[in-house]
This record gives sequence, C-alpha cells and structure tokens, in this order.
Amino acid sequence: MLLRTPIDKKVLKDLKAGEQIHITGTIYTARDSAHKLLTQLIKEGRKLPFELKGSIIYYAGPAPTKPGEVVGSIGPTTSYRMDPYTPDILNEGAAILIGKGSRSDFVKASLLQNNAIYCAALGGAGALLASKVKNISVVAFAELGPEAIYKLEVEEFPVIVVNDLEGNDIYENH
Amino acid sequence: MKKIKFEDLVKVIRDSVIEINCVPSPELISKYNQSIENEDNILSKQVLLSLKENALIAKERMIPICQDTGTAVFFIEYGTEINIDGGFIYDAIYEGVRLGYQEGYLRKSIVDNPLNRKNTGNNLPPIIHTKLIEGENLNIVVLAKGAGSENMSSLKMMTPSDGIEGIKNFVLETVVKAGPNPCPPITVGVGVGSNFEGVALLAKKALVKDLFETVEDDLIMEIEADLKMKLNELNIGPQGFGGKTSVFDVAVMMEPCHIASMPVAVNINCHVIRHKKIIF
Repeated sequence: MLLRTPIDKKVLKDLKAGEQIHITGTIYTARDSAHKLLTQLIKEGRKLPFELKGSIIYYAGPAPTKPGEVVGSIGPTTSYRMDPYTPDILNEGAAILIGKGSRSDFVKASLLQNNAIYCAALGGAGALLASKVKNISVVAFAELGPEAIYKLEVEEFPVIVVNDLEGNDIYENH
Repeated sequence: MKKIKFEDLVKVIRDSVIEINCVPSPELISKYNQSIENEDNILSKQVLLSLKENALIAKERMIPICQDTGTAVFFIEYGTEINIDGGFIYDAIYEGVRLGYQEGYLRKSIVDNPLNRKNTGNNLPPIIHTKLIEGENLNIVVLAKGAGSENMSSLKMMTPSDGIEGIKNFVLETVVKAGPNPCPPITVGVGVGSNFEGVALLAKKALVKDLFETVEDDLIMEIEADLKMKLNELNIGPQGFGGKTSVFDVAVMMEPCHIASMPVAVNINCHVIRHKKIIF
C-alpha cells in the first residue's frame, strides 16, 4: 500500500496493525525538544511552524549530511518519550506518527479518538531509510541541531502499522 | 618506558569512532545471517533482511549504520610503564572523539546538562573508565553506545537469598519491560556482585565481554545459555514484531561482593553492535 501526503484520514481505516505501507510526500521530524516547544506553542495559541492537520510526524534526529549525500542516517528514535506531548499533537490533527517501540495507553486512546495511526520505522536502519529521503530542509528550531524540525520529502518510505484504527497493536498481538 | 605519540593516539581514536559507527563488523553480519536463517515469521525475516541491507549500505557509503552514533565509552587499561609523548591521555581521547564525530559526519548527541539540555556540538565529553595495569601495554576498548537501549537498562540491589533464580527473573523482567523499545535483537550485559556503582560498570563491560580476558566459569556459562534460551522464547522478536530472535547474546560478569549484598545490573545494547579493541 502506498500513501501520498497530505493524508486524508479516511484512508487510514483500511490499514491493519502489522501491515507494511510506503509513504511518498512530505513528513516532518520532531523529537523530544521539538515536541516540548511545539506543545508550548499550541498551549499559548500561537502559530505553529507547519500545518499539523493531516501531517505525518517522524520521531527522528538525523546524522549530519555528508557531502554528496541528500541526508545523513535517519532512523526512528524510541517513541514513548514523546507520549506526554502526543495527545496535544493529535488534537491538532496529525494523521500518522512514526517512531519505534510501544506507546502508553493514553496515547493509544488519543489515537483512536482522533482517527490517527501510529507506525514503526525500522530502528537501527538509518542508512537504509536515508536512501528514501529526496530532500531535507529545516523548518523550525534550527538551534537544536539534530533535534530541530526538518521537512523531509520522501519516496516510498517504508513503515509498519503498529496501532490501527480498530485498536490492534502489533507489539501485543503477533 | 614505552613512548606513544600523542598524535598517533588521537588519530587512532578518531579513526576508530568512525569505523565502529559506519562499518559493520563481520560478527554483526554473521549474527544477521544466522537469525535470518533461523526465523520463520515472514515479517521478522523481512525486518532482519532490511537490517542487514542497512548495514551494507552504511559500509558502502561510509555513513552511520544508525543515526544515534551514541555516547563514546572507553575502557582503558593503562600500563604504568607507558608515556604519552606530547600530551595527556584524556586530552588525546577527547580530541580523537571530537575529530571523529566531526569529520565522520556522526551525530552529536551529548547535552551539557541534563536539565538545560544544550547540545555540546562535538559529542564531548566521552565516558572514560581507566584501570592501571603493570607494564608497557595500553589497551583501549571503545564503544558507541546508543541511548534507546541504554534507557531500557536496569539495576537492582538484590539480597543473597534471591539466588540464581532471582537474578534470572530480574533479567527476564527487564527484557520483557523493554519489549520493542531497545531495537531487538538485543545484546544483554549482566553484572552480578561488586557494589552499587561497580555492578553497573560490570554490566557495561559484559556487553563487550569478548574483548576482555575473562576466566571461563561453568556456572556463568550455564546462566548465560539458560537466559539466552528463555529470552528467545519470549517471542519479542526483531523490532518487537514477534519471532525467535529477541536476543543475539547474553553475557554475564561477576565480581566479589559484601556479605549482605547481591547487586545485579542489566545493560542492554541494540542490534547494532559497535565496538573495538585497540592495542598499543
């Protein structure tokens, strides 16, 4: 299954936990510090650096780009650290979250409530995943270095559905 | 007195941190191959094939196998008859790490303070453990240690009555709790004995046990084999999607301890095993 951005949440209902999907289009990186700053902006009702509605958020902090390469290695980081911030991000309309590892029950509930899904990219496969990225640019918080928000243009970026819209979890039922 | 040039030390540290991060060891590739062969679960087999492909792409392009190029951790055995010509050994380690992370396009993942969290921008400081030894040898073990697996590690001050079963249960509990988070198949380093700070260090050393000279002990080998079997029966599997390969290896190291204590530490490493030993 190939998904193209922006994501219309209606397409997500057909995806099942354990299914491999590919994403082509725009995804945004955000990890610990960026989540803290993003949710602060949301709470203060200020303008966000990118449109969260229908967006795909990737928990990742790339390695520096080597000359001649598009991007450095860029695999997922462990997701549970983003749990405290995730309901706020989902309430703003994010459609797909990508990371690795399991989520808290309150995050799973928030995913269902918002008709959003959580997917895993392969942890420790940063070089392979970098080959799916066609362009990278900084969107916000450049001073955070690897923790900045980057806009990635990806082609057939491979992920596996972890939490689907029927409440299944591939980590719990496999 | 044996002289080692400061610049030579800097260069070898620089080259080593780049190499361990970008070039998969033959040992790692053979572990991928063995588990690919062993795995029936289609998704898990495919995951392992991708992990191997990733390691080969990294080597070909000389880019990091994983973007988390880790904290640089050093175990130094420093001979009392060694003289570093032109500087202090820790300065050489720092400079080697700084150059390697900069010139190797490795990610800088260290913040200056756990609360302010400002990136130091050069992956400094490394973590250095030094042991004095007699003679003219300088042995340096270097690890690139990622945080996803480090965060899943655990330490417990157990008591003598907990015994072997207590130790095994604590290891199992820690790995079950970690689940998919530390990027399985993992390596599990277990320290038993010493004291509070000593046992954590033992568990870290156990992750690179093959690089240290240890006396083989039947009881330890039995505990390692039994734990490996039990952990691989948990069906966590590669990346947590289920399967037969939850752990690549379990290594246990023990040291004497106080009559009242039985400290146990479990240090977890992800599937990307990145370490080497440098001998001068």
